[in-house]
Amino acid sequence: MSEHTITSPEITFAHAPSEGTGRIWKIFWLLSFITVIELVLGFGLAKHWYGDPETSHTAILFVKGVICILSFAKAFYIVSVFMHLGDEIRNMIMTIVVPLCLFIWFIIAFLWDGNSWKELRNRYNGTPAPIEKTTPAAKEKGAKD
Amino acid sequence: MSTAAAQQETKWWSGGRSPFNASYGKVMMWYFLMSDAFTFGAFLISYGTIRFSQNFWTDPNQVFNSFPGFGHQDLPLAFVSLMTFILIASSVTMVLAVHEGHKMNRKGVEKYMLLTIIGGFAFLGCQAWEWTHLLTGEHVALLNDGTLSVLPTTTRMNPWGSAVPHEAIIAALQKTPQDQLVNIASTIHHEGAAHNVAEMSNTQLVDMIQAAGVHVNHTGPIAFGGYFFGITGFHGFHVFSGVVINVIMYIKTKLGHFDQRGHYEMIEKAGLYWHFVDLVWVFVFLCFYLI
Repeated sequence: MSEHTITSPEITFAHAPSEGTGRIWKIFWLLSFITVIELVLGFGLAKHWYGDPETSHTAILFVKGVICILSFAKAFYIVSVFMHLGDEIRNMIMTIVVPLCLFIWFIIAFLWDGNSWKELRNRYNGTPAPIEKTTPAAKEKGAKD
Repeated sequence: MSTAAAQQETKWWSGGRSPFNASYGKVMMWYFLMSDAFTFGAFLISYGTIRFSQNFWTDPNQVFNSFPGFGHQDLPLAFVSLMTFILIASSVTMVLAVHEGHKMNRKGVEKYMLLTIIGGFAFLGCQAWEWTHLLTGEHVALLNDGTLSVLPTTTRMNPWGSAVPHEAIIAALQKTPQDQLVNIASTIHHEGAAHNVAEMSNTQLVDMIQAAGVHVNHTGPIAFGGYFFGITGFHGFHVFSGVVINVIMYIKTKLGHFDQRGHYEMIEKAGLYWHFVDLVWVFVFLCFYLI
């Protein structure tokens, strides 16, 4: 194979010449494997755990959390290997990754907000949701006395 | 190489060379993708906010449970996993095209670009089927006025609320006007059965619907359809534009433009966009189908 070509006058050194396609296929199998695990967990949610009143809310939340973490792992491999961000120089990586840290705040703040709407609505709406019809109302009465 | 020598003398940030050791086009593609990530992120987070604000949310496994050619069998996640694997596979062929580009192998680039384009069209076809299935689907729902109606899943209608108990269905059937009873009865007898529902009396229709044991839901949160069609539509539009970009790259490869230029960096940039589309799908898949 020829030397790795320098594609633009701004570029001072070429990236390390890419080895074979072994790494690409390894990542492909890894992504497929992670997706299969996600599907198995998702299928479990769908068929067994979701509508079943015996499954605890925390258990469902835990499974969903695991699925989220697996998705982030997939995102990491796609970005760092398929998009070759891992091969760029550190400063370049940082200008992409650091702004994305805003998502940490973004996700927490807005899901919190959504949850707060729900609680406010259930507390103050004329027609509270059937699930929480009895207990909060009874508690508030008790608290007033 | 006099230019290389001149570049050695300048400092990283004094111009003449990229401090990131990457071409302008590639760096800007990355920043575009980063901003696009925020657009998608904002959509998905807004969906999450609305979902967290509701006491009840539609169970995706009830909505997305069909597979073309399998009729009314309950197959949650099956079709969407096919779509996911199509996109992963087309991502791999794209990265292989970039790899062949590094080696200046035109035939290889052509082959893998073509496979990537086929994958893109396959994904779009799947999405078209899924949208059609939802928009034309017929599901019996209990409306707020206490009558039953046949609804598709659209941005304004969501027949995927919680299940209605049997006694409530019977009560609602008494209130339901004739034209809706006819609609409901005709959804039951999709397959074959040449009942002339339009000529049946009200009580006959009610008896028939009761005997069929129709599954009825309350209407679900209206926002579901808007978010689903909005976000998957925006993603599908990205896939479509990615396919268009890939077709252009394929044609330019075929015409030998990149060989004349001496490098295949355009394939890399198109590849970045294509992988981003796959990346977004990971999160659309997560938010709409898995959890």
